[in-house]
Amino acid sequence: MSAILSVQGLSVHFPTRQGVVRAVEDVSFDIDAGETLALVGESGSGKSTVAAAIMRIIPSPPGIIAAGRIEFEGRDLVKLPENEMRRVRGSRIAMIFQDPMMALNPVHTIGAQIVEALTLHTNLTRRQALGRAVELLELVRVPAPATRVGQYPHNLSGGMRQRVMIAMALACDPRLLIADEPTTALDVTIQAQVLELIGELKAKLGMAVLLITHDLGVVGETADRVVVMYAGRKVEEGRVEEVFRAPLHPYTRGLMRVSDFEGGTGQAMPEIPGTVPSPFEMPSGCAFSARCEVAVEACGATRPVLVVRGPARSAACLLLDEGRR
Amino acid sequence: MKQFWRRYRKNRAAVGGLVVVALITMIAIAGPYFHPVDPFDMVGRPYSPPFGEFPLGTDVSGRDILAGIIRGAPVSLLIGVVASLVATIIGVALGSVAGYYGGFIDDALMRTTEFFLTIPSFILAVVIVAIFAPTVYTITAAIAAVSWPSVARLVRGEFIAQREREYVQASRALGMPDWEIILVQILPNALAPVIVVSTLMVATAILTESGLSFLGLGDPNHVSWGYMIGVARTALRVAWWMTAIPGLMIVVAVIAINLAGEGLNDALNPKLRER
Amino acid sequence: MTAPLLEVEGVTKHYAVRGALFGEKKHVHALDDVSLSVRSRQTLAVVGESGCGKTTLARCLVRLVEPTRGTIRLAGRNLTNPSPAEKREIPRLIQIVFQDPYASLNPRRTIFQTVGDPLRLHQAATRSQRREKVASLLASVGIGPQLMDRLPHELSGGQRQRIAISRALAVGPQVIVCDEPVSALDVSVQAQVINLLKRLQAEHGMSYVFITHDLRLVRSLADTVAVMYLGQIVELAEIGDFKARIKHPYSQALFSATPQAARAGAGKPKRIVLSGDVPSPIDPPSGCRFHTRCPYVQSICRESEPALRPIGTRLVRCHFADQAGFPPEPAANSPFPLGEGDR
Repeated sequence: MSAILSVQGLSVHFPTRQGVVRAVEDVSFDIDAGETLALVGESGSGKSTVAAAIMRIIPSPPGIIAAGRIEFEGRDLVKLPENEMRRVRGSRIAMIFQDPMMALNPVHTIGAQIVEALTLHTNLTRRQALGRAVELLELVRVPAPATRVGQYPHNLSGGMRQRVMIAMALACDPRLLIADEPTTALDVTIQAQVLELIGELKAKLGMAVLLITHDLGVVGETADRVVVMYAGRKVEEGRVEEVFRAPLHPYTRGLMRVSDFEGGTGQAMPEIPGTVPSPFEMPSGCAFSARCEVAVEACGATRPVLVVRGPARSAACLLLDEGRR
Repeated sequence: MKQFWRRYRKNRAAVGGLVVVALITMIAIAGPYFHPVDPFDMVGRPYSPPFGEFPLGTDVSGRDILAGIIRGAPVSLLIGVVASLVATIIGVALGSVAGYYGGFIDDALMRTTEFFLTIPSFILAVVIVAIFAPTVYTITAAIAAVSWPSVARLVRGEFIAQREREYVQASRALGMPDWEIILVQILPNALAPVIVVSTLMVATAILTESGLSFLGLGDPNHVSWGYMIGVARTALRVAWWMTAIPGLMIVVAVIAINLAGEGLNDALNPKLRER
Repeated sequence: MTAPLLEVEGVTKHYAVRGALFGEKKHVHALDDVSLSVRSRQTLAVVGESGCGKTTLARCLVRLVEPTRGTIRLAGRNLTNPSPAEKREIPRLIQIVFQDPYASLNPRRTIFQTVGDPLRLHQAATRSQRREKVASLLASVGIGPQLMDRLPHELSGGQRQRIAISRALAVGPQVIVCDEPVSALDVSVQAQVINLLKRLQAEHGMSYVFITHDLRLVRSLADTVAVMYLGQIVELAEIGDFKARIKHPYSQALFSATPQAARAGAGKPKRIVLSGDVPSPIDPPSGCRFHTRCPYVQSICRESEPALRPIGTRLVRCHFADQAGFPPEPAANSPFPLGEGDR
């Protein structure tokens, strides 16, 4: 199974007056063709920064990709000159966002915007591109696509705009779709529609999906593999069923407990006490140790390395080395 | 506060502007002590060029131009600052009430400000001053009267934006009286752009006052830079210094205030960007 | 059976919309004939998606919005059309916690000033007395007194939300309306705040009207559940009844659509996916408002609007609610599995 995207040792830093924010530190993972990899984490985990790094849209200054390689179609995206990256962005790797209005220009019709994406990356004439735009809208199940091409974003509902954004992303048949919290801002019933749509399209078009989310439920239902991030680092990786059934890292265990909780009014919800450490006050040891229920003294001082427990199955916890406790 | 100054200092032009404004203010305050010449006194031969017996020369009637510059400074500055202050207070008061309550009060305010904004403010100021005989008070009032509408619209906009925010809703749910919500809760959040606009308004006020004085509508008991330009208008070709020097002072003061005010804008804005 | 603490009857809220220049005046049907009640020490969960009216309902309860029709009574006082005396009392009886912790605290005022506001307004307390009281309020929500003189932007989302809760708590209300209070927080912090709310309820005995779309929170907090769609209540039931059986097709789809980690690896989820978007509340569909998306729609659904009627111990707004076995459960994975604590 060949990987279409290979992230190796990626680090993204943001130098500020108060110190360097290590938004992403030494993160590695592969995405195979046709699979959905979920990148899970809460605020400050760095998951969105990883996506931005792959697309090379990190705001710079001040952000920089401090280290690492991102291999895609035989090239290292980190070292790619901007004009070549532009040819990759939007056509070979596409991205959809939490807020469709980030991708949609309110003063252009949606047809014009899809056509623009097409004419930028392909040799289609405008008329051909318009035809393809209608096809794409049909593909994403926008009703009455021929009429919709002439409409503006504000004529559409939130769920519809999300679909249009997906259509734009798919216009040039990308091999990898990065979805950054694509359904977080949507109603639950619309979310279900959009997730189902992404699943269908993935199967139909044979593309891989990098799904960025904080919602373990979404991960459980749509992803094949999952990478859990905390405070900029990878803390666990593996196939979704395995990670959910038997999480190795205490943070993942905590998240699973919260997510699986089925108790009633009489029971307290399982908590993870404390909060994510500030990026300026990162402990020298494990970043999760202050909140960890099984932490030992060594955890605060020594940074854990990834312990491999199987093919593409690992977790970064000192206690794993000495056997499960 | 310290952060504010740090951001402000980054803008060298703004700091320069501030320094110049401070200098002009010092001239206005301390000048008369170092050069106690009445600007209306005929102290020498008319049409004397500068760098002679009189540092800046004399005007068409033999009055000392340096004295005129020194005595004109406080007139321009005071009228500028006071008019701007009055306009701001009126604008904030009316704009906040209109923005917060909306409805009929807001409509009434909007129609009023539209009236003021469709008439060129300078012409309106001329009309007002012409009707009520020109004194520093009527001039200040006239300038304030034509300036308050833009402040009001700005404040109204800020209040409309803020009134739906949850902290305002929470205050209403707590049973806070409207006046307290307007003054204590919303106003501190709405003030930043107002401060900037008021500062820039001082420059405009100075220009307006100079214009009025130039036309002969200034206070006859006080020398103003605009007045000096006005009386020397006919002699422009033979005695450039009589118009150029006061003109230069106006330009310098206005640019300095604009630079300082824009620096304020940049320094205050990062704080406005929440989240 | 104790009398309900909070009674909402027939509350309707329509907003006039400026239609086309020559068109007829249109109305946004934010709420239509909503009736419910909350007993003392109980939590009512109000569930629904955008446009269902839950936020409007929350605002009506704390008098930020005045209903077009209907009455709301709390502990015998009128919240709608109150007398001047009642008006002064109401903020001490019912308070609200908003969704967005970043916007619900005034960015230019310190925590002490913000939490002290209700004390200043409703209790004649000196500044030092207020400082003491604020410190103890903050302590009860797990915030240290050293944070009293900080500004909101210096604190995390979870901390701000606790502060918002302490502000709502300050005057000792009998009901607190919680409008999606944890949706904007990280998952690991959500549980902290929920547990805080539970503890406070046990200590102080107030009732909650808890607005959410999160299934887990409903299960964890609610004594009663009200599901709303396009301004109407479509199902109203005690939590036990609700967990055992969901009787309205929309409620079923809503909870079935919630992604659950527990379904991982169980193959494609047996989920009910509704077609279409939520219709606009300006022109609600004729007949049953849900008919445009209902998987079980029949012609009667398009023609006549079902009333909210009692089916057993619950209320359901559906023509077919009295049929046993309706709506049919999707095969395998029930959308609302019984938890350990329910058997």
